Amino acid sequence: MNWLIAILQTLLFVALAPLLAGWLKWCKCYLQNRKAPSLFQPYRDLLKLTHKQPVVAEQASWLFVTAPYIIFSATILAASVIPLIAVDLPTSASADVIVMVGFFAFARFFLALAGLDIGTAFGGMGSSREMTISSLAEPAMLMAVFTLTMTASTTNLSGAIAHVLNSGLVLRPSFVFALFALILVAVAETGRVPVDNPSTHLELTMIHEAMILEYSGRHLALIEWASQLKLMIYGVLIANIFFPWGIAETFTAQALGYGLLAIMGKLGLLAIFLSIAETLVAKMRLFRVQEYLGFAYLLGLLGMLSHIILEASR
Amino acid sequence: MILVSAYCAVLLSFASGLLALLMNQQHILLTLSQYAVKKCFNDAGHRQDWLNKYLEERHYPAFLRLAVFILLGLSGVFAVLAGLAVLITQSVITDQIALGLPWLPWHVRFDCLSGFFYLIIGIGVCAVSLYGPGYVHSNKEKDHPFAVLGLFTGLFVSGMLLVLLADDAFFFMIAWELMSVASYFLVAFQHEKSANRRAAFLYLLMAEVGALSIILGFGVLASFSDGFTFDALRASSLSTTWASIAFVLALLGFGMKAGIVPVHVWLPEAHPVAPSHISALMSGVMLKVALYGLIRFCFDLLGDVHWQWGVVLLILGTLSALGGILYAMMQTNLKRLLAYSSVENIGIIFMVLGLSMIFMANGHPQLAALGFLAALFHAFNHALFKNLLFLGAGIIHHQTHELNIDMLGGLIKRMPKTSLLFLVGCMSISSLPLFNGFVSEWLAFQTALQVDVLDNGVLRSLIPVSAAALALTAALAAACFVKVFGLIFLGQARSRNSGKAHEVHDKGMLAGPALLAGLCFFIGIFPGVIIHLINNVSSQLLGATLPDDSTLGWLWLAPVSAHQASYSAPLVLIGALIAAGICYGYLRRNPLTVMRRAETWDCGFGGLTPRMQYSSSAFTMPLRRIFASVWIIDEQIYKDTQGAMNQDVTAVHYQLHIEDHSWPRLYRPIACGVNSLSKQVGRIQTGNIRTYLGYSFATLLLLLWVIS
Repeated sequence: MNWLIAILQTLLFVALAPLLAGWLKWCKCYLQNRKAPSLFQPYRDLLKLTHKQPVVAEQASWLFVTAPYIIFSATILAASVIPLIAVDLPTSASADVIVMVGFFAFARFFLALAGLDIGTAFGGMGSSREMTISSLAEPAMLMAVFTLTMTASTTNLSGAIAHVLNSGLVLRPSFVFALFALILVAVAETGRVPVDNPSTHLELTMIHEAMILEYSGRHLALIEWASQLKLMIYGVLIANIFFPWGIAETFTAQALGYGLLAIMGKLGLLAIFLSIAETLVAKMRLFRVQEYLGFAYLLGLLGMLSHIILEASR
Repeated sequence: MILVSAYCAVLLSFASGLLALLMNQQHILLTLSQYAVKKCFNDAGHRQDWLNKYLEERHYPAFLRLAVFILLGLSGVFAVLAGLAVLITQSVITDQIALGLPWLPWHVRFDCLSGFFYLIIGIGVCAVSLYGPGYVHSNKEKDHPFAVLGLFTGLFVSGMLLVLLADDAFFFMIAWELMSVASYFLVAFQHEKSANRRAAFLYLLMAEVGALSIILGFGVLASFSDGFTFDALRASSLSTTWASIAFVLALLGFGMKAGIVPVHVWLPEAHPVAPSHISALMSGVMLKVALYGLIRFCFDLLGDVHWQWGVVLLILGTLSALGGILYAMMQTNLKRLLAYSSVENIGIIFMVLGLSMIFMANGHPQLAALGFLAALFHAFNHALFKNLLFLGAGIIHHQTHELNIDMLGGLIKRMPKTSLLFLVGCMSISSLPLFNGFVSEWLAFQTALQVDVLDNGVLRSLIPVSAAALALTAALAAACFVKVFGLIFLGQARSRNSGKAHEVHDKGMLAGPALLAGLCFFIGIFPGVIIHLINNVSSQLLGATLPDDSTLGWLWLAPVSAHQASYSAPLVLIGALIAAGICYGYLRRNPLTVMRRAETWDCGFGGLTPRMQYSSSAFTMPLRRIFASVWIIDEQIYKDTQGAMNQDVTAVHYQLHIEDHSWPRLYRPIACGVNSLSKQVGRIQTGNIRTYLGYSFATLLLLLWVIS
């Protein structure tokens, strides 16, 4: 039963990810006085791409063709670990939050290699920048996550969220710092403004798009879907770790229904905030990113220190 | 029985070294064999033919090389068997050999700690001896005699094995010196280049300074006890000050061998110049022997550890890990890069060992056992994947005669098997899930997260920071090995050599790395196998093990408790296979949408050349800019111009030179100091016979005064 719910939840995760992307685009268009595409446009795009014949560069090796499958399944595994509508999942015991970060690293490793595989300057540029930014973002992310795991004294995400849920509404300074750190990291890792701009193909600013420039057809669909999934994963992490209320603790139909509604509401709200931020903020220069991520790391560190100094039980 | 196989391992490696000496003696052997056959058998005919076939000019070198490596491989197999046997039975075996000083025979002790490192050496030696015959085949006998290589390889391996067996300080130092000096000759093997001789000399110098420091460390211990046997040293009780002095001396000595920052400088010099299978042994195995020495000295001989020592190890380890990977990132020579990456991995091991000490001294033996487990596990993993990567580098060099990664490229199509094995190595070392590197790093994080039990506030805030440094190290390592794999194997060939390369023909050269790659993957999926073995080590050495995790079985890894953290690699693997299988099957179902190959998009300009690809320095440029103060960077751009007013730029030259901070900051001042000191001393050498007679007279008077 538990396993069934875990698998269903993962499927739901995968299915809802394009919807979140559509909603985000809708909000952004509304804010920028443009006519928005349908909410379901990302689904149509994915479907269209899967029906197209992929064109692969002559230079490409087997790694280029396999990488989308690896990236997509690693991202699905990361999603399966995270409590979306219910806590106490068996999947989140098989891999904790450090393993989840490992799955992201796995996907990124192959994405960067695929960028280098064609042997064009664009691919190399994207890989180089992606690995640079992620290597700065990963410690900041782990710092924020460690604050949570030390508070809950478990690295199991389900357990940690259940702990936050059960301890009630307590104002923890460490969580405030960790929340902001995680938001900054999430923006950087999912390639949003101000770190990267997903809707541009300008060589000076491209990061993610530069790596996947040569992909087409179903390969592109998988990579696009994986990056939508990654956006949703970060959204769910922020929503469910810091505002876990509403998530189902028992596996009844009613509780699960409420859980689904709650997470959709929370993600919808987060997407509104993100689109406002993206509308207001300009993209920053590449060599400003280290200051931005350094700030995120500092926030994470402050969160950790305030946990140790103010909140630890002794 | 266990001890016999341990001795067999030593003797076989020794024998393989001696056998290699017969390389140039084939005429003597031929006469001897004819004589012996004639004496013993009457029907000398076909036996003679059989022997002659192997002893004749053409077959003899290949046959002897094979025999030497078979003996070495058998030594590895015996080492693995002995190590496994002692680990499983959890026994302690002691013995004495009637060699050495009259009052101090060689004491031998084979316990779980030695057994574990025996296992590491055994696996490394097995892989190398599979790889060796094919690799040394292309060496020219006149320039690089196999007799020298084989002799010192055998001595080197037996030296390492003896270090692990030693149970008194005297025997330990003899074995240690055997290991150091034999490996010096191996580093100096390709001595025709002056840079190689310099590297070898630097290695010897640092090895000897380190050995001196270890001797002093043993001396401090021995002065508080009655003898040089480890049993006597264990029984000694030292004051905190003296114990700390002994610890610092041992840390300096063993740290120099292990390559901890700032005494790491010999590693990136010595590893690239040795033959590849030797650098694999040195980096994968010899550094672990130094680690063994440190663990034996601190946890076993000194007995009570202090948390301050743990902090020292933690800080040094963090510095080494970060410094090692940042320096590795900037290298263009593949083997130099791997050497710096060894510094990083040794740093990680030291970090976790430091955590283990801190927990031990604060009275949490179970958590100390967790840190110890993570340290030894990472040592084991590093031995596997670094060996693998060095052997892979050897194959690349063998096939392309090139180690500069800016000159390689596109090898994934020309050398598919090598590239797959190398990819496994890169994924393990970047600590990606499903591979072994990840498990030990996961355990390291789990150890660092247990910091809440400590009372000291400084420690509680220091340890999470070091955990974040570990995260940064891991992420940088992934970036570094994306660069390595991407530039060497992907893209287009950047030079003619790599464009014409082909897969290596010798099966053994692939079998050695394949063995290691298989182990990397197997242990990544079933880490429980090794964890149970290490648990036996820590129960014998620390008197504590992990909390019983047998309730969760082989499927799960839950080092602290199932509630706190758990990881199940087999389930993750199954999940990944299902997810990838479904989307692969679903997306490929339509035969109309099979892939089409087309030209690479070149922005409509045409003519993509290999030189347009990202190079090593281009790939690392953002990181070079961000962490600029870590290196001494000398970057220069010249333009060749011509025409009126020098307007036309005909060529642009770019030069990048990156240096380690430790040379100008630490080593050059020391070298200058030694030079000026020796000049001062030189003043008394006037060259005048009367002055020297005066010195003799004064010394004589002084001695008479002393003894009277």
